[in-house]
Amino acid sequence: MLLRSLKLHIIQCGFAPVVLQVSRTCSNMPLSDTHQSPDNAVSGKQVKSERKLVVPSNSRFIYPEFLPDPKMEWRNSLREKLERLDMIQRRKHIDIPEFYVGSILAVTSSNQHAPNKATRFVGICIQRLGCGLRANITLRNVIKHVGTEIKYQLYDPTIQKIEVLRLEKRLDDELLYLRDAPNEYSTFDENMEAEYLPEGTPVPVNTTLVKLKPRPWRARWERKNMKGLADLELEERFYKRAEELATPWEKYDLMKQYRRTIPEEEQKEIFAEVCSELHEVEVMRKKLKRKKVFVKPTRSS
Amino acid sequence: MLSTICAARKFSTSAVTNHIMKLTRLRVVDNSKIGKQAMAEGKPPRCIHIYNKKGIGTIGDKILVAIKGEKVKAIIVGCVKEQKANIPRFDSNNIVLIDDNGTPLGTRINVPIPIMLRTILKEKTFSKGADYTKLLAIASNYV
Repeated sequence: MLLRSLKLHIIQCGFAPVVLQVSRTCSNMPLSDTHQSPDNAVSGKQVKSERKLVVPSNSRFIYPEFLPDPKMEWRNSLREKLERLDMIQRRKHIDIPEFYVGSILAVTSSNQHAPNKATRFVGICIQRLGCGLRANITLRNVIKHVGTEIKYQLYDPTIQKIEVLRLEKRLDDELLYLRDAPNEYSTFDENMEAEYLPEGTPVPVNTTLVKLKPRPWRARWERKNMKGLADLELEERFYKRAEELATPWEKYDLMKQYRRTIPEEEQKEIFAEVCSELHEVEVMRKKLKRKKVFVKPTRSS
Repeated sequence: MLSTICAARKFSTSAVTNHIMKLTRLRVVDNSKIGKQAMAEGKPPRCIHIYNKKGIGTIGDKILVAIKGEKVKAIIVGCVKEQKANIPRFDSNNIVLIDDNGTPLGTRINVPIPIMLRTILKEKTFSKGADYTKLLAIASNYV
């Protein structure tokens, strides 16, 4: 009995964060695993056979909207679960690719006002907000020397297609300072062609430093601690005041960090729940992509 | 001195809403003579009335502007304030000058126009009233 429980423990240690079923049993009965009936051992053996369900460690960056809002008053486990199911259902119909703030996207959506009932907008993603079905992105582009932004709900049924034209990251999580930057920083060609990255390469980080226009700005950027901004060229008093208002101790505030984020164990549980279906969707997408890429060879004589 | 006053400040401030209301400075985006002159002189028109019940103008609303000492009507074709999903937001408050019949004073609009204006202006047009749809014909680019 002791030997068996020990074995079981090893199995669970090895697969618990990785495999769907085991992590579920772990979360349900965290205390009971020392006196286990053989029944659980059987499930452990089953798990051994279906080994492929590995949760990729970067899921929280690729699918950030699957994590719920960490605000305690707004949590509701049932609603979150139902939302996740709906999101997967939607992902089976349209391809919501991996992208980050700073990537250049093209969104095609149905629009009742347009003559051909659809519009396409190309722009750089400057903000990614919301969780669950309310996840939204803001795209920015400069068209005819006027900065234009459109917010899109990612899971909106009117969206027909989301394409990633250039997959890259920037130094910051929000690029709202592009509104105060000269136009050339957010000008992108509408007929831009998608740039493909070879599979398996890490997402490139674009380290361009943005030089802002002179003040007035929409926010006091010297206080926001942005990494992607070039020298702001302000008077000394602005930096002094920013230093006075800075809160460098906040990064050591564990409680604040706990309230601001979803704990790692919970994240694992959530992604273990959805990973198999997300994987299926991904595989299907790759197949479709291969089909599209295939070009019938023509006979040359 | 200033910093001590700011630190002692006990009232809260709200974020800028960028509403178009009375006395807001606007940008004329058509090529009408009066509009071009006013923008070139650095005296952009001011909104002096908004023809709706809220007093805050959005895309498609008719307003009255004071431009170069004259009162001219105009239609808002883009605003800076935060919009709902799928509605474009611009970096400037754009207007197109019109006369009382809804005919634009210029012959060309050189900035992107929200595509929802097509429906909004059609709904505002009645058979014997002003015809606002002429504005759509001079637009060069829709978003």
